[in-house]
Amino acid sequence: MALLKVEAVSKYFTSPGARSEFCVFKDVSLKVKEKEFLSVLGHSGCGKSTLLNIIAGIEAASDGYAYLDGKQIIGPGLDRMVVFQNFALLPWLTVFGNIRIAVKAAYPGWDRNKIHQWVQKYVDMVGLKGAEDKRPSELSGGMRQRVGLARAFCVGPRMLLLDEPFAQIDALTRGVIQEELVRMWEDTGITIFMVTHDVDEAILLSDRILLMSPGPEARIMEEMHVDIPRPRSRTSVIEHPAYYPLRNRIIRFLSRKDEDDQTKCVNLVA
Amino acid sequence: MRKPGNKGWIVLCLLFLFLFIAGWQISTVSFRDLPGPWPVAETAWYFLSDPFYDNGPNDKGIGTLALYSLGRLTLGFVAGSVAAIILGVILGLNQTLFKAANPYIQILRAISPIAWMPLLLYSVQNSNVTALMVVFMASIWPTLANTAFGVSTIKKDYVNVSNILQMNPISKVFKVILPGAGPTIVAGLKISMGSAWVAIVPAEALLGSLGLGYFVWNEWNNLSLTSVVFAILVIGVVGVFIDFMLTSLAKRLAYVD
Ligand SMILES: Nc1ncnc2c1ncn2[C@@H]1O[C@H](COP(=O)(O)OP(=O)(O)OP(=O)(O)O)[C@@H](O)[C@H]1O
Ligand SMILES: [Mg+2]
Repeated sequence: MALLKVEAVSKYFTSPGARSEFCVFKDVSLKVKEKEFLSVLGHSGCGKSTLLNIIAGIEAASDGYAYLDGKQIIGPGLDRMVVFQNFALLPWLTVFGNIRIAVKAAYPGWDRNKIHQWVQKYVDMVGLKGAEDKRPSELSGGMRQRVGLARAFCVGPRMLLLDEPFAQIDALTRGVIQEELVRMWEDTGITIFMVTHDVDEAILLSDRILLMSPGPEARIMEEMHVDIPRPRSRTSVIEHPAYYPLRNRIIRFLSRKDEDDQTKCVNLVA
Repeated sequence: MRKPGNKGWIVLCLLFLFLFIAGWQISTVSFRDLPGPWPVAETAWYFLSDPFYDNGPNDKGIGTLALYSLGRLTLGFVAGSVAAIILGVILGLNQTLFKAANPYIQILRAISPIAWMPLLLYSVQNSNVTALMVVFMASIWPTLANTAFGVSTIKKDYVNVSNILQMNPISKVFKVILPGAGPTIVAGLKISMGSAWVAIVPAEALLGSLGLGYFVWNEWNNLSLTSVVFAILVIGVVGVFIDFMLTSLAKRLAYVD
C-alpha cells in the first residue's frame, strides 16, 4: 500500500482585489510508496511548494484529500518533517538549539541527558561536529541545510518533505549534501517526497519523477522512472545510457510552453 | 589623511563636557543667582558623601531617594510590561482583535500618564499606589504596540516550524513567538522605560512620594536651586544607567536573520 496518497487535490487562491479565484493546480493525484524517493519537477511558480505544504498539513487544499498511511491529513504532524528551501532555522538558537527544539517537541518525556545525546547523534550524522554553538547567521548555506536535515531526521518521521532543499546552496557543496542525503535515506529507510526545478538533482536522487505543467491550473502530466542503479554518483549517473534520453525527455517537456514554442525548443535540446 | 582613531570619540566626548561646563559657568555669570558648576559640585559632594543617611521619614539621603524611585519604577514597569507583553501577544496573534483595538491603543498612548493622576489618586486614595499606577500607565503602551506588531509580523517560517513540530501553545509562545519578536519587544520596552522614568519625577513631586522627584520639589520649596540642579543631574545619570541595562538586554536578544 502506498504510504502517501494524494487524491484530486486542487488549490485556489483569491488574490486581494481580483474578484475571480486563481487556480494554482488542479486535480493533482499521486502516490508515494514506502521507502520511495519521489520527486515532483516543475517550473517556478507552478505550485510545488503549495502542494508540499498541503501534504505537510500547513496549508489546506481547496479540493481533494491527502492521506498518510490511509489516514486523512488534516494538519501538520511529526510523521512528516519538512526541509525548507530557505532553511527556516530559528536564528536566535544555535545549531544545537535548533535541533534540540525539535527533539524536545518530539519526545517530551525524555530527560536532559537523553535529549542531549540524541541531538549530538544527529549533529554528528550531518557532519556538524564542532559547529554546535554557532548561530545560523554564522553558517554557510550548505551547513544551514545540514542543520535543516538534522532537525528533520532527528524526530524520526515516516516521511521527509523536501522543498527545493539545495536550491540556495553552491553547486560543489550541493553535490556533497545530495550524496549525504541519499546515504541517510538508505540508512533510515525513510520515504522522501521532494519538489525541485533542478533536472539533474531529480535524476540523481529519485526513484520516480513526476512532471508538473506550468501554472496556472498546473497538473501532473507525466511520470518517469529513473532506471539507473544505485549507488549513484554525479559522475556515474551521466555515464549511464539511460541518463541522456531521460534528461532530454524531461527538458523537452519543461521547455514546451505552448505549441508554437515547441519546435524551437526541441531544436535547442537536440 | 589620518583616519580618526578608535579612541577619538572619547576625546570629543570630554571636549563636549568641557564646553558644557564652560557654557554653564558663563551663563551663571550673566544670570545672577543661578547656581554655577562649582557650588553644584560642592552640593553634590555634600549629598554623595553620605548618600544613605536617614533623618526621619521625610529627610533621607540622595542614594536612598534614588533607590525609592528605582524601586517604584521597577515595580510599575515590570507590572506594566508583563501586562503589555501578554496583551500584545494576544493581539499580535489575532489580526481582527488587533485591528479593532489599535485605535484605542493609539489614543491611550497619546495621553500623558500624568494626566491620569488626579483620577487615579481620587480612586485609590493612596499616593504611593497612585505613583505606581502612573508608572504602570507610562510603561504599558509602547511595549503593547511593539509586541503586537512584532508578533503579527513574525516570519511565517518560524511559525511553520513550530506547527510542523506540533509544539503546544505554551512552548510555541515561549520558544518561537517571543524570541522571534524579542528585538521588537525590547525596543518597545526601551521606549516604555524612557516614558516611565520621565513620568516618575512629576508624579513623585506632585504626590509627595519619597523619591528623586520629591527631592527636586522639596529643594525648590527650600529655594535651594543648587540642590535642584544636582537632582536634575542625578535623574539624568540614573536614566542613562537604566537605558544601559535595557540596551544590554537588547543585545542579548538580538539575532541576525
Ligand atoms: N498565499 C498566497 N496567496 C495568493 N497566491 C499565492 C499564495 N501562495 C502562493 N501563491 C501563488 O501560487 C503559485 C504557486 O506558488 P508556489 O510557491 O507553490 O510555487 P512554486 O512552484 O513552489 O515556485 P518556486 O519554484 O518559485 O518555489 C504562485 O503563482 C504564487 O503566486
Ligand atoms: Mg517553492
